Amino acid sequence: MPLKIFVLAKQVIDPEMPRSAFQVDRENRRVVTPPTLPPVVNGFDENAVEASLRIKDSQDAEITVISMGQSFALDVMKKPLSMGADSLVLLQDDAFDNTVDSFAVARALTAAIQKIGPFDLIIAGRQASDWDNAQVPLAVAELLGLPSVTIGKKVEVGDGRVTVERQMPEGTEIVESPMPALVTVSNELGQPRYPTLRGIMAATRKQPVVWSLEDLGLDEGALTPQVETVDLYVPVTEADCEFIEGEDDADAGRLLALKLREAKLV
Amino acid sequence: MADSAGVLVLAEMEGGALSPTAAELVAAGREVSEGLGLPLSVAIAGNDVEASALEAAALGAEQVYAAEDGLLGDDHPELLLEAWAQICRQTNPAVVLIARTMAGRDLAPRLAARLGVGLAQDCLEVRVDEDSGRMVAHRPVYGGNAMAAVVCNGTPQMACIRPKAYEPSEAVEAQRAEVVPISIALDDSMVKVKLVERVAEESEGVRLESAKIVVAGGRGLGSSEPFKDLEVIAGLLGAGVGASRAAVDAGWVPPSWQIGLTGKTITPDLYITVAISGASQHMAGCSGSKVIVAVNKDAEANIFKEARYGVVGDWAKVMPSFTETLRELLG
Repeated sequence: MPLKIFVLAKQVIDPEMPRSAFQVDRENRRVVTPPTLPPVVNGFDENAVEASLRIKDSQDAEITVISMGQSFALDVMKKPLSMGADSLVLLQDDAFDNTVDSFAVARALTAAIQKIGPFDLIIAGRQASDWDNAQVPLAVAELLGLPSVTIGKKVEVGDGRVTVERQMPEGTEIVESPMPALVTVSNELGQPRYPTLRGIMAATRKQPVVWSLEDLGLDEGALTPQVETVDLYVPVTEADCEFIEGEDDADAGRLLALKLREAKLV
Repeated sequence: MADSAGVLVLAEMEGGALSPTAAELVAAGREVSEGLGLPLSVAIAGNDVEASALEAAALGAEQVYAAEDGLLGDDHPELLLEAWAQICRQTNPAVVLIARTMAGRDLAPRLAARLGVGLAQDCLEVRVDEDSGRMVAHRPVYGGNAMAAVVCNGTPQMACIRPKAYEPSEAVEAQRAEVVPISIALDDSMVKVKLVERVAEESEGVRLESAKIVVAGGRGLGSSEPFKDLEVIAGLLGAGVGASRAAVDAGWVPPSWQIGLTGKTITPDLYITVAISGASQHMAGCSGSKVIVAVNKDAEANIFKEARYGVVGDWAKVMPSFTETLRELLG
């Protein structure tokens, strides 16, 4: 029996977009999707795909990527497949608005996970780069009654247990948990692999399984938000930078040191 | 038995003592409790909480709940989570506040899901809306590019507060709160995740989170080599050395150096950034700095919007003379 791994991945607005392209529609309390900028798979979720692939590199494993959203850029969401994941399940419904709160998202993901069937391990990114909640994976673990370990930088599986090396503020910590379990990973895991040409070819032939709210056996009531956004705004920063200029860069460095001394900062 | 549906601070223990974040949560909770006209309580759970409960009692809350269980000594987050859930069920609070520490950021979402309510994560400010009588939480989203005001619909309303977002409430010895013991039932079968090993990273320098001065480098430094120069500056100033995520991802410096949303949060008096563009991801970890100094070759870099003093120039030329001048001044 191959090890069954589910990876939770979210499609997000590219966080590396120029700041000038970032716009808030305050009236509707949402961030405007830049029309010319393609979305991306959330960075930490790509780390999660990579973590699952590293497990698959050394043992028989089957990786299913699960994502939830109102609409998807299919070529973007197929990236995990081209990296080497086996299948893709998209939970797609007009009701899956990006402002739907974490608890509701966790409910829908949990319903999908139960529908797919038994698994050994769920891996997700530590947080999504849009709402930065770091909540959905933990809420899924709670709803499924699973042990959870967060911010892994190394995830290894053996003898029905998962061992996770975690990045802590003052060093690392190694913990282990019986499976099934849920693990979130961080950028310290390292660069996700690039899709190979063969992987890309294989991904083009694969079609995602698409489930609506109804397919999950849920009604809209299950998505009633527990948390509502009442305002969304761009914070104002006061620009009062004093630029230190010298005859050249070296002189500016000297003047900067003198300025900091004068201001009693050093 | 407690029946006060008030504001409840879930305080953490840190190495057997009350976490300093408890006083910050009390400060945040004070405003909410006044806004709601409800009492403020602090709950503390551990294997030996007597001293911490007394410390918490002087922070300005009306009541302190002390839950003691021998199993809570071994640093098992799963047991603390269940202890917190039981405390919430018994005290029936209207609002629950948790600090977004390493432990808190993991426990809060599970606690919210366990209680079947929502959670406002990573809040910088919580206050009560007079019209609705509900707590509104303000939190950075999209890597700090925007701020969201959110309201939790259920009861309790839960918020996880970013450390250092509030000035700690000062101890008032004269006004000691009553300490009320609270009984919880835990058993060790609830422990699934076990600690195998803890490896402290060798760090010779100053601890970043408590450093008065921090010097940090970013992507623009191009390699690990220039960080040695930053260490020299740090040595002169008694400063800590940090880095942006880009520099950590490139492998130039260890992950524990990372400052930002997914790294450390620093609050120094002086923060000197070298070749850091100031992406909001980074600023989320250093916005509590009193004075930011930026050296960057790009005059349009975001860091200059946040900086008090700036030099637009090549760090390789700016920093040697900066270092030399510092050496003369401090020599």
